[in-house]
Amino acid sequence: MKRRFPLMLVFILGILGIMPYFVPHGGYQNFDNALRNDFIRILSAFAIILGLVSLMRVHHDKIRRKRENWQYSYVLIIGFVVSGVIGLLGGIKGEMFLPTNVAGFHFDIQTLYLNIIVPLGSTMFALLAFFMASASYRAFRARSVESSLLLSAAFVIMIGVLPLADRISTHLPSFAQWIMDIPNVAAKRGITFGIALGGIATSLKIILGIERSWLGGKE
Amino acid sequence: MTFVILSGIFALAPPTGVHAFDTPNDGGGAITIEWQISADDETIEGYEIYRSEDGKEFEPVGFVGRGRTQYEDDTDDTKEYVYKVAALQNSQTAHSEPTPPIRSRSQWFDMTSANLLIGVIIFCSMILYFINQAKKGKALYIRKISGLDAVDEAVGRATEMGRPILYSMGIGRVDYIATIASFNILGEIAKKTGQYETSLLVPTSDPVVYTVAREIVKEAYATIGRPDLFDSDKVYFVTDSQFAYAAAVDGVMLREKPAANFFIGYFKAESLILAETGASTGAIQIAGTDQVTQLPFFVTACDFTLIGEELYAASAYISKEPLLLGAIKGEDLGKVVIFSALVIASLIGILTRFPILKLFQ
Repeated sequence: MKRRFPLMLVFILGILGIMPYFVPHGGYQNFDNALRNDFIRILSAFAIILGLVSLMRVHHDKIRRKRENWQYSYVLIIGFVVSGVIGLLGGIKGEMFLPTNVAGFHFDIQTLYLNIIVPLGSTMFALLAFFMASASYRAFRARSVESSLLLSAAFVIMIGVLPLADRISTHLPSFAQWIMDIPNVAAKRGITFGIALGGIATSLKIILGIERSWLGGKE
Repeated sequence: MTFVILSGIFALAPPTGVHAFDTPNDGGGAITIEWQISADDETIEGYEIYRSEDGKEFEPVGFVGRGRTQYEDDTDDTKEYVYKVAALQNSQTAHSEPTPPIRSRSQWFDMTSANLLIGVIIFCSMILYFINQAKKGKALYIRKISGLDAVDEAVGRATEMGRPILYSMGIGRVDYIATIASFNILGEIAKKTGQYETSLLVPTSDPVVYTVAREIVKEAYATIGRPDLFDSDKVYFVTDSQFAYAAAVDGVMLREKPAANFFIGYFKAESLILAETGASTGAIQIAGTDQVTQLPFFVTACDFTLIGEELYAASAYISKEPLLLGAIKGEDLGKVVIFSALVIASLIGILTRFPILKLFQ
């Protein structure tokens, strides 16, 4: 029963999940919407408690055992507590109990988000430029036929999109565009077909209980 | 008298044949009105659509330009409506005859999706046929996927080096197909790490994914008879913020120095940040995603990449379970059918351009 119940649940919910694509009826669409959005939101609300407990436990353990860079765990725990207090007392836009503006600082989640999370996220995103350079260097080393082809295609596209490309050759921009539109799209579509069929097959295997790796495999 | 005769001669012609019907294949709440254009269509501004609930008081509900013959009106399924269409020219209007009362309804089946349903049924039948063949014990040939052959090597390497294995499922939600495929692979990899007693780290970015991943790892260890190996602190939730998650996983790679990194699931821009950091630590890296835009990054920075449907086939390939392998065979046949249809359609398209074929028309 321990395994049969989840399998039955997956089968029923899987079939219910397929039906909205073929059943446009308003009542059923509303039911599906509730299942997909409200139900998952409620589940997430419970799961986030488990997630936060797990996060705190990991960092508490790190501090206790003085593992490498354990000091940063204090930053996380203090940040968690401070943002939690500000969120509970200040609200999203300062509509709760805390004074919203003290010496120019707004005690609310939006202020924290815009002034801390967004710049930190942008910093990480900016790192991509450097990682792209190092990855390109590795990819474009002409060691094999494939990487030589990759290098040549990248070279043509990079030169082709430059404003001065048509000064080199009037055919260069259109050739670069041709590489992007024809071979590139053809390869992408091939992969997309495989993904679509693989997605259906995976869903079918899970709905019918053939795929049970998520349950720890076969009994 | 002259005015009456002239206005009779130059009167604006209304649209004709106006009829309204419940919009087909929808969830209700819409009525489609169709008409034939006015004889003065070229000179008018357009058509005003009027609606009435009692058949007496009409109110305008929409306007379309000249030449158009259709309008879809948003409606309430509990009410009946009567429609009229008027041709507009400066201040002149010419109203059509009202339609019979009509009510919108919800449909239980979308006929426009019937071809999709038939296609899915055929494809599913092919998969089930091969699964049945596998059940009967027929040997099925599955092509080699080097990324998955390397899983044993990666786990073995981590065991020899005494270092952990990192398994990241990316930033997908639990209902993403890539995340579901990743769960299946996680189960198999957890079994292998359990057999070798190698530590498996699974930082997650979604609380529901975390909960499921924890149960999968726990079940996998229990399946191989080593429930004692499960450490709940090794499978943990980090954050649902994309780049904060990338920073956290980067930190794990730099501190813990895993011998093998698996990036399998749904990834976006963080894919390259993770894969490049992992490459700098010297770990063997196996990636897999169905995000076509992220594949080049993984191909560049990882040792092995599962491209597209290889990700979905991975669980079957690793477990070597005949029933699951049968499903892969069905997928391949589906691809052959689609590819053949594309080739045939392309050939027909090309051949019809040759003048000689016009002789047969």
